[in-house]
Amino acid sequence: MTTGVEVESSAKHQRPPLMKEIPAPMPAESEKPAGVPVGKPPARPASAPAAQHSRPGSQPEIHQEIYREPHILEVEGFSLFYGKNKALHEISMPMAAQKVTALIGPSGCGKSTLLRSINRMNDLIDNVRTEGQILFHKEDVYNGSIDIIGLRKRLGMVFQKSNPFPMSIFDNVVYSRRIAGERSRARLHEVCERSLVGAALWDEVKDRLHTSALGLSGGQQQRLCIARAIAAEPEVLLMDEPCSALDPIATAKVEDLIHELRGKYTVVIVTHNMQQAARVSDYTAFMYLGRLIEYGPTGNIFQNPRLKQTEDYITGRFG
Amino acid sequence: MEHAIYNRASRTYSHLMFGLCVAFTMAILAVLALVTGYLLSIGASSLSIDFFTKLPIARGMDGYPGGMANGLLGTVILIALASAVGVPVGMLTGIYLSEYSANSLIAAPTRFICDVLSGVPSIVVGILGYELLVRPIGNYNGYAGAMALAFIMVPIVARTTEEMLRLVPNSYREASIALGATKARTIMQVVLPAATGSVITGIMLAIARVAGETAPLLFTALGSRLLTADPSQPFPSLTQQVFELAKSPEPPQQKLAWAGILVLIALIFVLNLGIRFFARSVQSRRS
Repeated sequence: MTTGVEVESSAKHQRPPLMKEIPAPMPAESEKPAGVPVGKPPARPASAPAAQHSRPGSQPEIHQEIYREPHILEVEGFSLFYGKNKALHEISMPMAAQKVTALIGPSGCGKSTLLRSINRMNDLIDNVRTEGQILFHKEDVYNGSIDIIGLRKRLGMVFQKSNPFPMSIFDNVVYSRRIAGERSRARLHEVCERSLVGAALWDEVKDRLHTSALGLSGGQQQRLCIARAIAAEPEVLLMDEPCSALDPIATAKVEDLIHELRGKYTVVIVTHNMQQAARVSDYTAFMYLGRLIEYGPTGNIFQNPRLKQTEDYITGRFG
Repeated sequence: MEHAIYNRASRTYSHLMFGLCVAFTMAILAVLALVTGYLLSIGASSLSIDFFTKLPIARGMDGYPGGMANGLLGTVILIALASAVGVPVGMLTGIYLSEYSANSLIAAPTRFICDVLSGVPSIVVGILGYELLVRPIGNYNGYAGAMALAFIMVPIVARTTEEMLRLVPNSYREASIALGATKARTIMQVVLPAATGSVITGIMLAIARVAGETAPLLFTALGSRLLTADPSQPFPSLTQQVFELAKSPEPPQQKLAWAGILVLIALIFVLNLGIRFFARSVQSRRS
């Protein structure tokens, strides 16, 4: 006790050269696992179970509740390589129809890669190779004879950074219908209104449908992108961190929207924000280093995770 | 104390560099103003209705020195023909280089050749046109001139198109592909429209460049004293006529050459405005 005080006071004493002093407390902290509740024995650092679970061959923890749902998407033994670098390791997970599934995990854990594998956006990147299957309605999307264009129409996508085209709001929303050959102005207008209402944006833009979409605020742009995605009447909405560039108010609006979309669409959402995953999703999958670690009902994952590693991540201890 | 001195020195340096930038910009603008002013003062005074309505008239004849109606018409036709070939070929090459060639072995050589070609002296292009399109046909002709100009346009248009398309954010392409658009549609509906303004600037640069070319035309279109719209025959052009008249010792013909240059520049200017206006109306009709 007295030594501790001494260390503290000496640190105070030599405040000006702060930079030099910083490395000193570090070893002390790692010796004594700070923040770990007393009574629990773990003297090992928090990353130890991570290493254990990212070893090949270890099975992910998948809660049984998931298998009781009807599945629209089934990832089966799916691996993805960027060149020689294996980004996804034999992922197997079914995704429930008309539910919201959240993919969480630290940066670089492969959650976006997995999401983009579902509608084959990774085809746009060179040197990508895949193994295993992703079944959409029991049909492998990596089957060579599948109609990728048709597939992507059924698997809508919303990106991290809102990316409206440099056209009018109207043209943005009806883009997918136009490329599908719809020419009737009346029907396009109907689609536009329905989609914008669906994306909770109609009231804000109904008087300026023919002005540039780039004049909208960031949150409005993201909801426009959602409207554009649902205008194609997809069955699944793939959302890649849709709120990460938005302020809290816009985020709340998009989250409300995801709530409303549930039941009508199957939503798969990648998010960095754990509170968001807890708020919007029915099921949560925790990924780490390209592997699925634990996957179950969101309530279970956040309140009662089975693996230490999952608990460490959701309590913010690593990642 | 040391700190303050360093600060003052860096501020002085900053002011100095800023001053240099302003000074050199002014120098360039002054040269531009000089050229334009000189051209306007001499050219405009020699400009008359005759310039647009009459053919060149030899000394001693009625109406001497006449006008350049044939050269003006010839240049307009040559530019139109050259653009009709050069712009599509150049743009498609640029689109290929930017959108399709990621893994292609021919992309890098194509890029290199475009860069080399845009630096080839235009007289070389003229000789090439002579060998390929004048000798086999047997007479000088306007088509050969137009093709020589197109040959100059292609690498410029290709490279600017490529560069401008590369500036279009990838997120546009992703969004379009994710909505189930094919690559061709994505390029036509999203990528090209997003770059319209800058691609058109590139095309304008190419047109302005060839509109002022004389050398490639000397061996191909040759020139003509007749008012003709038939490019299978020797073909008149403003630049070639200016070239001839400027060599003349006769002041009236020299003045006519000045007027010719002024009209050429005005033509490029009007063309530029016209295409920009057209592009803007196309864009606003889309949205």
